[in-house]
Amino acid sequence: MYKVTERRDYPPNVRMFRVRAPAVSRKAAPGQFVIARVNERGERIPITIAGAEPGEDTVTVYFAEVGASTRDLGRLGEGDGILNFSGPLGNAIPLKGYGEVLCVAGGVFQGVNLYLAKALRGVGNRVTCVQVASDAGHLFLVDETREACDESHTVVEEDEGRGVKGLVAGLLDEGETGRVFTFGPVPMQRAVAEVASARGVPSSVSLYPVMVDGTGMCGACRVTVGGATRFACIDGPEFDGADVDFDELTSRLRYYTPQEKIAMVLSERGVL
Amino acid sequence: MASGAQQVEMPKQAPRDRTRNFDEVALGYSEEQAVAEASRCLRCKNPRCVKGCPVGVDIPGFVGLVKERRHVEAARRIKETNSLPAVCGRVCPQENQCQMNCVLGVKGQPLAIGRLERYAADYERGSGVQTPEQTPRRGGRVAVVGSGPSGLTVAAELQRRGRQADIYESLHAPGGVLMYGIPEFRLPKEIVQAEVDYVRSLGVDLHLDSTIGRTLTVGELFRAGYDAVFIGSGAGLPHFLSVPGENLKGVCSANEFLIRTNLMKAYRFPEYRTPITVGRRVAVIGGGNVAMDSARCALRLGGEKVYVVYRRGKGELPARMEEAENAEEEGVEFMFQTNPVRFIGDDRGYVTGMECVRMELGEPDASGRRSPSPIQGSEFALDVDTVIVAIGQSPNPIIQQTTEGLEATRRGTIVVDEGTMATSIRGVYAGGDVVSGAATVISAMGAGRAAAAAIDGYIEKKCQSAM
Repeated sequence: MYKVTERRDYPPNVRMFRVRAPAVSRKAAPGQFVIARVNERGERIPITIAGAEPGEDTVTVYFAEVGASTRDLGRLGEGDGILNFSGPLGNAIPLKGYGEVLCVAGGVFQGVNLYLAKALRGVGNRVTCVQVASDAGHLFLVDETREACDESHTVVEEDEGRGVKGLVAGLLDEGETGRVFTFGPVPMQRAVAEVASARGVPSSVSLYPVMVDGTGMCGACRVTVGGATRFACIDGPEFDGADVDFDELTSRLRYYTPQEKIAMVLSERGVL
Repeated sequence: MASGAQQVEMPKQAPRDRTRNFDEVALGYSEEQAVAEASRCLRCKNPRCVKGCPVGVDIPGFVGLVKERRHVEAARRIKETNSLPAVCGRVCPQENQCQMNCVLGVKGQPLAIGRLERYAADYERGSGVQTPEQTPRRGGRVAVVGSGPSGLTVAAELQRRGRQADIYESLHAPGGVLMYGIPEFRLPKEIVQAEVDYVRSLGVDLHLDSTIGRTLTVGELFRAGYDAVFIGSGAGLPHFLSVPGENLKGVCSANEFLIRTNLMKAYRFPEYRTPITVGRRVAVIGGGNVAMDSARCALRLGGEKVYVVYRRGKGELPARMEEAENAEEEGVEFMFQTNPVRFIGDDRGYVTGMECVRMELGEPDASGRRSPSPIQGSEFALDVDTVIVAIGQSPNPIIQQTTEGLEATRRGTIVVDEGTMATSIRGVYAGGDVVSGAATVISAMGAGRAAAAAIDGYIEKKCQSAM
């Protein structure tokens, strides 16, 4: 069992957990993820790491309660245990000096982005963060992000990516950005990657297709990158944004949507 | 004379019943059946069956004990060289190993050694396995990577030799392919659990959720005080066909399909949270045991038509004949000398069919099987809504990528000395599918035994030179 040592709730449905997992906390780096399984009947859920505190043996993660499995996880409070918490999995994002970098995060990925932004700043980059949310009530970690980077912006996304596109385009046109990093929903990451590519700026996207084991065994997470099939779990999750087949990724992400809806409805009605 | 008699058949669930459940298909011998079968053994002075066993089980010895109804002793006799008898009795290809060498087989049917092994092991488990005596500790700690057949064997053997073995398993359950790959109806998970419990009762420490190469590297294991490391991480990376349309929804690897079904128990969704989808018309690509397991799972999950599409002929099927027959009895249809050329999808990205080509068989290739080549103009379409690709696996690359100096082949298998299973790094040994590529449970166990002996010797030498 991996004990939840701290829990914080952010409206409307985001949870922050600190989880006691000494081995993971010693090795975790930005860009990597864990696979968590709540109990004997649980799914293996990939969750991106948003911080590691090796002195306290803990790992920080954020997740949104969007399906039955994340609702199961969200039922846990401080002192409760997660049955399995395996990692760190996937490749860490290389921390190099790019000069200026832009870190754009949507939805639940604010904590993950902050973790990367701090690390990139730690190796001497000038870091600009952009926080994207579907409405003002969904923004969180705004103060923390502002304090951690050189420049920060928030954008509320009511119009399918146009807001973030405009903002990112402006920032790229103004500065000398060496690389754009992005985490978040696929349409948003895609929009950011497209804006960057149009300006000849390299971009890193972080992909979370459907996964089962997270260690290269199942191949569910295959994505087409630069015309070749890659596994997000062992070849990624970070890929060059210009090379990703986003149409295929979007389609594949929906494969289990009907089952997820059934489980969610049953979970909401208290049947599960 | 008893030996002239036919093999005693083992009862099975009727095909019509068993395609509606995940319960074990083969039901095992009764005591009378076991004793009758054991009585057929000729007790050869120079038993050739033993030479056919990769772990050298004392076959005439344990069979004789079954004949005398000393079943617990029979199981212990097997366990002297094989820590997983209930598993091997079920999934070993005995027909190509011990039973192939049986003298009875020259004129009639060989002794049903596998069924007897299963009987003895099940009997012992049913009567309550006693905790074995622990061998006095002789010093030395070994980290075993992976809890599949090779890892469990190495760990058990090292404990018996007085060395401390700790297993590191990446998944949330021990057993490796026995747990995630082989379905419940062929190898009940309760039995795997019991065999793992037996290995743990020898004193082995088991660490789950530990992906070596990520959670800890091989170098860090040595720094943590281990004297040697055994890598038995298996062949976990699924191969795909590399044909157009392979990433359509509804096309998956056999690994994914079997992991969802066996390890995650998706057949009990939504009570178990991992979903699985099986359409009405399923094609399984490949002809090995993994293909048979996938096809039979697909039937049980509601597939109405399940095809096994294999590029060679029936005679070349790499699957055990028994498994192919079971699949056929259950209603799986075989399409031999057929290969998919591309997958066809609808506008929402779901697979709806595949274009296949007929194959002709030429001269035997390097594998000794006749090599298939496509017949021009023989293309035809097959309507399917689920495709399971079961054309093999290669080793998981994580350890090879994160361990400096570990020599691997282009196919990703780890290079070892065949006698000692020693790798290019001092103190690091490897065995099982990560060395051989996807092979059998028992060959992995044979490699595990060899490695354990070599590791034991290595530690002995290391201790002496330290004194």
